[in-house]
Amino acid sequence: MRHFVIVGILVIAMAVLTYFGLNAAGLMPEAASLQAGPIDWLWNLEVMVISFLFALIIVPMFYSLIVFRRKKGDMTDGEHIEGNARLEITWTVIPLFMVAIFAYLGAGNLAETRRIDPDAMVVKVTGIQWSWKFEYPEYGVVSDELHAPVGRQVLLQMTSTDVIHSFWVPEFRVKQDLVPGRTTELRITPTVIGDYKVRCAELCGTSHAYMEKPVIISSQADFDTWMSGQVALAAEAAQTPEGRGQALVAANGCAACHSIDGSAGIGPTWRGVAGSQVALSDGTTVTATDDYLYSSIKAPQSQIVAGFEGQQMPVYGFSDEQIADIVAYIKTLR
Amino acid sequence: MLFLLIAGVIGYGIGLGLDTLIMKSVRYSAPVPSAFALLFAFTAFFFGIYGYRGITRGLVYQIIGTLVGGLVVTGIRGLMGLSLFGGFFFTEPAWVFGGIAGAVSFLFGVGVMSDWVKWARGMDTPEHHEDEPGWEKYFDVSLDHKVIGIQYTVTALFLISVGGLFALIFRTELAASGLQFLNVGMSLFGQNGPQLYNTLMSLHGMIMIVSILLGISGIINYAVPLLLGAQDMAFPRMNAFAYWVSVPASVLLLMSLVLGGFDTGWTGYPPLSAKAPVGMQMFFLGVFVAGWSSILGALNVIATVLRMRAKGMTAWRLPIFVWAAVATSIIALTATQLIGLSFQLVMFQRLLGMGFFDPAKGGNPVLFQHLFWFYSHPAVYVFVLPGLGVISELLPVFARKPLFGYRWVAMSSLGIALVGFLVWAHHMFTSGMNEYLRVPFMYSTLLVAVPTGVKFFSWVATLWKGKIETPTPMLFVLGAVLVFLFGGLTGPPNATVSVDLHLHDTYFIVGHFHDTIFGGFVFPFFAAIYYWYPKATGRRMNEFWGKVHFWLMTPSFLILTFGMMRIGLLGMRRRIADYDPALGFDFTHLILTICAFGIATSVLIFFINFFHSIKHGEKAEGNLWNSRSPEWQVPSPMPAHNYDVPFEVVGEPYDYGLPGSKYVEFVGEKSKH
Repeated sequence: MRHFVIVGILVIAMAVLTYFGLNAAGLMPEAASLQAGPIDWLWNLEVMVISFLFALIIVPMFYSLIVFRRKKGDMTDGEHIEGNARLEITWTVIPLFMVAIFAYLGAGNLAETRRIDPDAMVVKVTGIQWSWKFEYPEYGVVSDELHAPVGRQVLLQMTSTDVIHSFWVPEFRVKQDLVPGRTTELRITPTVIGDYKVRCAELCGTSHAYMEKPVIISSQADFDTWMSGQVALAAEAAQTPEGRGQALVAANGCAACHSIDGSAGIGPTWRGVAGSQVALSDGTTVTATDDYLYSSIKAPQSQIVAGFEGQQMPVYGFSDEQIADIVAYIKTLR
Repeated sequence: MLFLLIAGVIGYGIGLGLDTLIMKSVRYSAPVPSAFALLFAFTAFFFGIYGYRGITRGLVYQIIGTLVGGLVVTGIRGLMGLSLFGGFFFTEPAWVFGGIAGAVSFLFGVGVMSDWVKWARGMDTPEHHEDEPGWEKYFDVSLDHKVIGIQYTVTALFLISVGGLFALIFRTELAASGLQFLNVGMSLFGQNGPQLYNTLMSLHGMIMIVSILLGISGIINYAVPLLLGAQDMAFPRMNAFAYWVSVPASVLLLMSLVLGGFDTGWTGYPPLSAKAPVGMQMFFLGVFVAGWSSILGALNVIATVLRMRAKGMTAWRLPIFVWAAVATSIIALTATQLIGLSFQLVMFQRLLGMGFFDPAKGGNPVLFQHLFWFYSHPAVYVFVLPGLGVISELLPVFARKPLFGYRWVAMSSLGIALVGFLVWAHHMFTSGMNEYLRVPFMYSTLLVAVPTGVKFFSWVATLWKGKIETPTPMLFVLGAVLVFLFGGLTGPPNATVSVDLHLHDTYFIVGHFHDTIFGGFVFPFFAAIYYWYPKATGRRMNEFWGKVHFWLMTPSFLILTFGMMRIGLLGMRRRIADYDPALGFDFTHLILTICAFGIATSVLIFFINFFHSIKHGEKAEGNLWNSRSPEWQVPSPMPAHNYDVPFEVVGEPYDYGLPGSKYVEFVGEKSKH
């Protein structure tokens, strides 16, 4: 009996210590969305139960190892205890109840994070190897940054042009894959003004690690200022082919592979490429004329630059006019 | 060693020549020379130590088979007017067909098919084949389950060190943010740094999985017939086949590294896997071929347990490890097909343009994930159930007390196996599958906690009031319980959908599953090796170095996984070659890398101890652990056909502390009294 009392006290002490220790360490990052609330609540409850179960196993185990260890010279066996059906039933039925409770709570919790706000701002998200494109249909603006006003739900309608990606801002907690050929949805209500980053959470190839873009949550006023600036910039850029090209390049994340300052990347740099002599992987050399640049965008695998044999540039669905605009932009990069 | 070097250079030279011929430029670090160098060196290594027979002949046949198969397809392509050669020498279809032809050729070359071939031609073969004495029998086909068990175990240890080496390489790259040596500028096997990172990370996963499958087969093959009192497995030739098929599978997997690699992780999700280089196909083939090993091995285990038990060994008197082996085999026998099938579908999508998972052709990428996880989740239980069986088998021996609640522990293994079939979609909570499906999968997944809990409570109750000894095997058993506890406790948060939306695809998951696999496989595997080593060799492994192994590996590993989980919660994603320095993870990652090297050092100590003790270990021919189990009632090492005198089961397996009780009695023993 004495053993049980000591173990009982130690279990409680250990459970309390573990729980407060973990809490003091601070397990989750800052919570910056309405959806993070219920998730953190459930997580905290789980940490409590984990702390208790941890103590419940670890304390009697180490207690046995110390108190019931074999003394030197003792060659006898332990007590012949084969089992105890009542105990086995107890530790089957109680966990069964706990499992049911947690599943029930979990379902309600999931519903909480999926709550729909009819006034949500729609943003169309496209994942591209290895960049993000955000379209704001209300404003007719395309950007590679996600901007949203604080306190208003954002409905992300997401798809991918190539492989599976996953939208995750750790401070917002929720995560959703982007699947080519279909649209998935994610609802986020930002609650804290600040600069965050969306980080692709599903392995998507060579530069998966760098598939990150800013997510900027600001006051409604700041958001409106940024948005009107974008609208004006887009209008101005649309006047010239280079401007339209630059906007397309920014929105489609071309810079994820092609630098514009001559530095090395996954793909060849664009700086000074127009008109230069390009060595191809089959040993030949071509001059980078407009036609060459056009076909490199239209059919990227037809002519591969030497040193980039292992790369697979995706085929983008640009129209001929759009490609001409991009080529015009590339020609400005001297 | 000299053979290795020379053949490697010759192979490299031939490959470089061919590559230069086709590509019309000299590419020193290109895939093809590397592939040839790898194959030649591998073969020459075995030639050097063993000569041209057994495994060496198998590998030579595999090389020839691969080349002939590849050339046949290339010839057909020539007749059809298609391109003959690509950047990897052969075109992709030629490599795939060559890979299959090579694997089949290996099996003929090594001689595992020869009895079947003789039967087909109407010739008789002897029932048994006597093995050569000494170490040489391990390099040739043997029908003895003990030899096969050791072959499995050593192959598993080899693959563990390869997979571990890969982990060390990318773990070193992760020690600081930014790309240090796996950078964009470097090029090896036709891959730049981040691509090589992805390949190594992906292969680390699959090579470790194959090594686990071989490792559990090793323990099961060695121990189960001995525990049952059988002379051998039910189908000795199929047993040998199941082992030998894993060798060409391992070669195929390693070839995927040099043939352009692949960047999908071990999961191989399309559309990414539909676009990856030809290495992807070698990976698919390797897994496909290895799957045969698992399926046939499982079939054999079930047949053996059903038909070949000693007299009196009823279901409730089976050693508990046998229950675990059966539970595992049921899963492996019925689920492995699904991973083979799902990879085969992607293979066909790539080769023949079938659009199973291609949205542009009406295919569905999410369907792949369902097919894949329908095996790959239960597979986790294939990995851990035998290990949990080892824990349950060894705890009573070292606690000197009966296993608490034997029947409950036995049934909990079957319970885990059955529930394990109903939980696969918990890997897909963020995948975009039907939203309402997520809730039932949350219920079923949490349900796994119940039988797992029964095991933990029973283990602790077994220790309670025992007389606990802690030699090396017991240390690893206790380490397994502790580490598996961390794996088990961090599981349920992933099962609750909303919390998983945060945890999915982060280092939290990485930490969680490394805990479950180390606790459920690695620690028990080492425990089993330390425990049964004297049975196989008649000598025991060095106790001091065994304890050093344990006390170095356990803290390193615990810090490693705690660190992983911590940064995972804070935003560290899985499978990234580099991380944002703004997250402030640099210091933690440095610690994790140091811990990884700690584990590697401890395993190196284990290897030295393992091989050194074969000849120089302390003699241990008796019942070293004072166990009641039948295999310890006869002298070690075990004779070729197991028990000279059959035994009969006369009592409960784990009645430690019950005076005068016996588990087994050898026939004729009674009359001597």
